Amino acid sequence: MTDTTPDAVPAAPAKPQVIEAPADRTRRLRVGGVMLVFALIGLALAAVTKGGKATFQLVSGDLENNLLGVPAQPVAIVLGILGVGAAVAYVLRQVPQRYAGWLAAVLGVAFIGAFLCWAAAGKTFPLANQFQGTLNFATPLILGALAGVLCERAGVINIAIEGQFLVGAFTAALVSSTTNSATAALIAAAASGVLMAALLAVFSIKYLVNQVVLGVVLVVFATGITGFLFDQFMQPDAEKLNTPNVLSAVKIPGLADIPFIGPILFNQTILVYLTYLAVAVVTFVLFQTRWGLRIRAVGEHPKAADTVGIKVKRIRYSAVLTAGVLAGLGGAFFTVGYAGSFAKEMTAGNGFIALAALIMGRWHPIGATVAALFFGFATQLQSQLQIIQTPIPGELLLMAPYLATIIAVAGLVGRVRAPKADGEPYVTE
Amino acid sequence: MHLELSGLTKSFGSLVANDHIDLVIEPGEIHCLLGENGAGKSTLMNMLYGLLQPDSGEIVIDGEKVQITSPSDAIKHGIGMVHQHFMLVPVFTVAENIMLGRENTWAAGVLDRKKAHALVTELSDRYGFEVDPEALVEDIPVGVQQRVEIIKALTNDARVLILDEPTAVLTPAEIDELIGVMRRLKENGTSIVFITHKLKEVKAIADKITVIRRGKVVGQAEPSASEEELAELMVGRAVDLVVDKDPADPQDAVLRVEGLTVIDERGFTAVDDVDLEVRAGEILAVAGVQGNGQTELAEALLGLTPIAAGTISLDGRDLTGRTTRQRLDAGIGYVPEDRWHDGFVESFSVAENLVLDLFRKPPFGNGLTLHTDEIEKNAEARVEEFDIRTQGVDDPLSSLSGGNQQKVVLARELSRPLKLLVASQPTRGVDVGSIEFLHQRIVKERDNGTAVLIVSTELDEIAALADRVAVMYRGKVVGVVPADTPRDELGLMMAGASKSEAHDVAIENPTTLGTI
Repeated sequence: MTDTTPDAVPAAPAKPQVIEAPADRTRRLRVGGVMLVFALIGLALAAVTKGGKATFQLVSGDLENNLLGVPAQPVAIVLGILGVGAAVAYVLRQVPQRYAGWLAAVLGVAFIGAFLCWAAAGKTFPLANQFQGTLNFATPLILGALAGVLCERAGVINIAIEGQFLVGAFTAALVSSTTNSATAALIAAAASGVLMAALLAVFSIKYLVNQVVLGVVLVVFATGITGFLFDQFMQPDAEKLNTPNVLSAVKIPGLADIPFIGPILFNQTILVYLTYLAVAVVTFVLFQTRWGLRIRAVGEHPKAADTVGIKVKRIRYSAVLTAGVLAGLGGAFFTVGYAGSFAKEMTAGNGFIALAALIMGRWHPIGATVAALFFGFATQLQSQLQIIQTPIPGELLLMAPYLATIIAVAGLVGRVRAPKADGEPYVTE
Repeated sequence: MHLELSGLTKSFGSLVANDHIDLVIEPGEIHCLLGENGAGKSTLMNMLYGLLQPDSGEIVIDGEKVQITSPSDAIKHGIGMVHQHFMLVPVFTVAENIMLGRENTWAAGVLDRKKAHALVTELSDRYGFEVDPEALVEDIPVGVQQRVEIIKALTNDARVLILDEPTAVLTPAEIDELIGVMRRLKENGTSIVFITHKLKEVKAIADKITVIRRGKVVGQAEPSASEEELAELMVGRAVDLVVDKDPADPQDAVLRVEGLTVIDERGFTAVDDVDLEVRAGEILAVAGVQGNGQTELAEALLGLTPIAAGTISLDGRDLTGRTTRQRLDAGIGYVPEDRWHDGFVESFSVAENLVLDLFRKPPFGNGLTLHTDEIEKNAEARVEEFDIRTQGVDDPLSSLSGGNQQKVVLARELSRPLKLLVASQPTRGVDVGSIEFLHQRIVKERDNGTAVLIVSTELDEIAALADRVAVMYRGKVVGVVPADTPRDELGLMMAGASKSEAHDVAIENPTTLGTI
């Protein structure tokens, strides 16, 4: 045999050309297929939309003024076509890979819009309530997901968010009932979250227990202990121990007067404002401070951090414990932020949904927040639809966001990459 | 800085990894620590860098006894280390990696990114490193990553720099640049401890050589010593560095690869339109720096990675699209690159590992039950034939040394009739004594009329085994050249030059290693 490329000067491009790998292609077609199914459902809904005008209520409780009426079917059809367009563009790779997520967002908004037109055709849909409720459901999810981001960026998997929620909710109810102080309740809830986090930290960082198993055990533990305390102490003396004051809304002057979004975003409790702050602070801290740099380093390559003199375990402890504050506050929202009293297992899997938001948000605080809002939106939509009575069972709709999570994790927006050392205990020889 | 290690001892269980090691590093010298894999070089350096604690012995810096219990202690005492596996966070930028652990901050711990950027630029300019501070580490070539590691050590004011097997991942040209960098550092008064098992590099750069064998210092040598002398000191007996082999007597082509293209999982073209032919009775060596598509080429031949285009045929039979098992049955033997991962099952016994791809058929089994007597008998015979050092054939493979594990893999593959043997990095992490044996067995297989394809990043190995050399660069075969092609030419081809270019340039610019 002779030379295969005799004396040819090999082309040496600055960067190797990226061609879609077979696995990526399969994934794109699979995901694109699912998107197309959603888009076609949207279009089908538009086709069967009847009832002339869909009315959207823009101010909560105001049935006379501030109404937005749209011709239901034409708008639904336009949105349906937009959704199909986005899905087709995704399948045919009409936009660069990194913008593929936007197509999914366009599809999502179009689908929801078409769906609302169909559901509200001939009726009045309380849009302001929808957004108000979204924020209510999303607040604990955001706090929980941020707690997850901090833990997992440092390399500790936190499945125990649900347990932290429960303990936080219980503690806030108890302390608020006994002291009548909102501040004390929130501080106590945060402290209880830190206590749960300390269990997670010690067993996973020091005793190297498998973190997934440990997280599940902690949730069971939290369910058990709050249930026990509720039955034995709280419930028999509910008048005194389970009558927390619900936090009152604080209007931010100026901002609260913005039409439509003002009353929704800026007439809220202190806990919701703390959540806004937490999103900004966690994002800033993770990416712009020394502590954040070190957290990300020990979550990606702990040995590299160790060799430059960083105490890996200490950083991990600090991240997990700080996350405990956020998760505990998230728990407090269930009692003092919203419901007003504690009930057994009242967090109802929200901790796991926060975990899903964290993954869908690709371990980024902003992404996790957006995902949490999305889940909150779907949950609220389900209860609204029951009120205005649509033919679709609300439970079916409630599954949609989680279906979307699975699709997203399966690679809607490129490969989802967890921190490299997530869940791996650091052991020095 | 004057650094003295005296009587350092470290044991792991019953294994004494370092046994009373004495070592003196003078200021501004390049001190080579030469020893085989597993001789204890890395253990020693990890103690010096605070990653391991010695059982006994002391470390003396400038006449003062110091305790080094963590890497931060080591950094404080002016000791820097470039690890064999880089200690860089791949998703961080160069600047972030440099500042990690010694961050300049504004108030409240907010990072001062400008300062880090300036620092990288300054050091990069001073030593001619050409490193972009804002590039993501995972996007830059390995050679540049290594310079980032060196910058990292320099920003900590390292006066002793430990380089652990720094050349393993570099092209010959990059090795030459590294040698230049080491000289410049030395001129600035930095001492360098250079850990390696490659004799040519030692001779090219060392001021002083200390040889370690089985955890003990067995002697000092001058750079003027011959390679044979150094090898003998390192291994403990005379070693044949040259494999005895007759000229090849190639017959018809056995393996034919046409237009083979492999797209890796990240979407890069790993193997780019490769044509190859291996004939019966010859050894074709695929040379190239790690990561230029050789791994994927070997895996594609075995059907372990999907191919995007091209055909593979063995003895005229089309194998494209066949399963790995069908390819093995067709007569391909395979020694995988990562033997721990793909070559054997560590917790299985030596005997079981010797029949991993044979147990389905008589005499070792009938598809339902195993014939343990036959498996045992086979194992005894292979252990004898391949001189596998084991306490018994029922011992788990994990109890064997790297060299003996590799002998098990090769013994298994050679125990069925082969048309083609594909061996990736057949001697990586193997002691010199076993290398000799493995090379002889591969040559013997060739002489039996088997076509042999070797993938290796070690030019020494290529020179020892190959009848022809195919050089790969960025997934393409840039040329197929005779085995006696000068080292410098091969090196340039491994960096992408064509055969004729390489020939001309090599004559004008001889490299340090090429001239030894």
